[in-house]
Amino acid sequence: MHKIEIRDLTKSYDGKTNILEEISLDVEEGEFYVLVGPSGCGKSTLLRVIAGLEKITSGTLMIDGKIANNMPPKDRNLSMVFQNYALYPHMTVKDNILFGLDVKKVPKAEQKRRLDEAAEMLGLTQYLKRKPRELSGGQRQRVALARSVCSQSPICLMDEPLSNLDAKLRGQMRNEIRRLQKKLGLTVIYVTHDQVEAMTMGDHIMVLHGGKIQQMGTPLELYNQPANTFVAGFIGSPQMNLTQATLTEKGLLLGGDLLVPLNEEERANLPEGNQWQIGVRAEQIEPAAPGQQDTCLVYATSTEMMGNETQVLFHVGDTLFTARWTGQYIIDPGQHLHVSLSADDFHFFDKDKGTLIRPALHIKGFTAQIA
Amino acid sequence: MKKAAIPVTYAILILAALVMCFPVLFSIALSFSDLNDILAGDYIPDSLNLTNYINAFSTQPLLHYMLNSAIVGVLSTALEIIFALLAAYAIVFIPFRAKKVVFLIMMATMMIPGEVLVITNFQTIRSWDMLNTYQGLILPGLASTFGIFLFRQNMMQIPLELKEASTVAGVSEFGFFWKIVAPMVVNTVVTLAIYFFLVSWNSYMWPLLSTTEDTVRTVQIGLRQLKNTEAVSDYGMMAAGAMVTSLPTLLLIFFGQKRLQEGMTKGAIK
Repeated sequence: MHKIEIRDLTKSYDGKTNILEEISLDVEEGEFYVLVGPSGCGKSTLLRVIAGLEKITSGTLMIDGKIANNMPPKDRNLSMVFQNYALYPHMTVKDNILFGLDVKKVPKAEQKRRLDEAAEMLGLTQYLKRKPRELSGGQRQRVALARSVCSQSPICLMDEPLSNLDAKLRGQMRNEIRRLQKKLGLTVIYVTHDQVEAMTMGDHIMVLHGGKIQQMGTPLELYNQPANTFVAGFIGSPQMNLTQATLTEKGLLLGGDLLVPLNEEERANLPEGNQWQIGVRAEQIEPAAPGQQDTCLVYATSTEMMGNETQVLFHVGDTLFTARWTGQYIIDPGQHLHVSLSADDFHFFDKDKGTLIRPALHIKGFTAQIA
Repeated sequence: MKKAAIPVTYAILILAALVMCFPVLFSIALSFSDLNDILAGDYIPDSLNLTNYINAFSTQPLLHYMLNSAIVGVLSTALEIIFALLAAYAIVFIPFRAKKVVFLIMMATMMIPGEVLVITNFQTIRSWDMLNTYQGLILPGLASTFGIFLFRQNMMQIPLELKEASTVAGVSEFGFFWKIVAPMVVNTVVTLAIYFFLVSWNSYMWPLLSTTEDTVRTVQIGLRQLKNTEAVSDYGMMAAGAMVTSLPTLLLIFFGQKRLQEGMTKGAIK
């Protein structure tokens, strides 16, 4: 039995345009499931449908094996963490954390025990008497989490809980939420627009776009075999370089501009046809060694120096490509560079539909290894 | 502002303040003066003569009128607040069909002067046999569009997520209203309560129409009855009555002022 099971779920407000279309998914018990996509893709709506805050237009939603389409939110046995934390400003941290337990008729002694435990777990013990406005963003976030923990609901829904925090704190809270989830064995459905959060936190990820499922899978499946150009462009940072490719006698012509030479083996590995969309990760575009054969000549547009790595930007036709090189490279804008590209590292997509035809054959140095 | 302008400004302000305060100061002076002095044009009392106050209370049952006003004021204020709170809550938090239209119609009633409704209200109250009763005094003013509007503006600043968090936690609609929304708009409640009470205490026209007996008559009607219609009015006594009856409202404003200001500005600066 799946913890949460959704079949062919469609949601529409006006009966004409679908906010969500034919969504099916299974979430296992104790799993961290991430819904990711750009804003307006329907991910929050899906979460709210699961919470019971929105009605289902068609399809079924099952929680713990029971049909939950019309089950009132309070009977779904779940907790929810909101983007703006949804703390009650006139209540103390303690009352905020315990809110709702009275309704569930949890005895006072048990409430106290849960409060102490949650406060301890999230480092809130000394703030229990304060009001939310006297707390920092990170602390408020912890109060919201503590409320969720105290409810002891087996399912926790999180709607972009970290997007109001600064970058450093976000990284820290990512770990904390993950640790908490593992420790309590929670089933979490986590909505985010940030692919880094999705990659680092999720056991499974669903990528949504325009209310439709683009791909479901583990983070590495999404990274290594993106089902279409949307997922390819969405997952990974910097973005995957995507452009049109045409097969010619001399090699593969990218964006009508850059010729990538092909050897016998690479030519044999090409999928059928002679026109595709191709995608190549920034780390697969390497600086060519002096005197190396079969290199490509490009003109640097600009560089972004990170210290440990250098991102080199250059134009291929109309598209701006990014190459990521480990180390420090001082490059002037307009300077020409030799780079080495291999068609084996390219993802090939259908040129019209954008669906994956052939993933990159070997991702250099990026085969998942067990350390 | 230039330094030279400050004395001028203050002079204007003091003058304006004197003009504003004059009726009050004049009434205080009259209330302690002998009628003969007043009629002779001497408005400054020589001593604190309490005769006018004693006369006012003995001529008319002023204390009884004040008690009536207090009963009507407290009841109507409490009920007006409750109804306005609930109506505003429904408009903000409960989805229903044609919500905007309903709200617009409510707001449109603010444009109808109360006097226009007096005749229909009188007919209604009379046909219900409620003339000369507290109910009859209170009923017509129970729905305050102004109150609904103010509460609505206040409640719209409460994020919807708070409601959703309550729903998910299993808190009922009324539980959310009572535990979350009401405490969050308490400043507006206090402000409006003071305002409603003052309006009720000072109302003249409706009590005049709907009461004919002393049992339920309110204080403003009582004041009117201090005026003698046949002979020369005792202006000193009337002033004394006015002083006494305005005392509760003065106290209310004095103690409620801070809350009043908070309530009026709170929404603006979040």
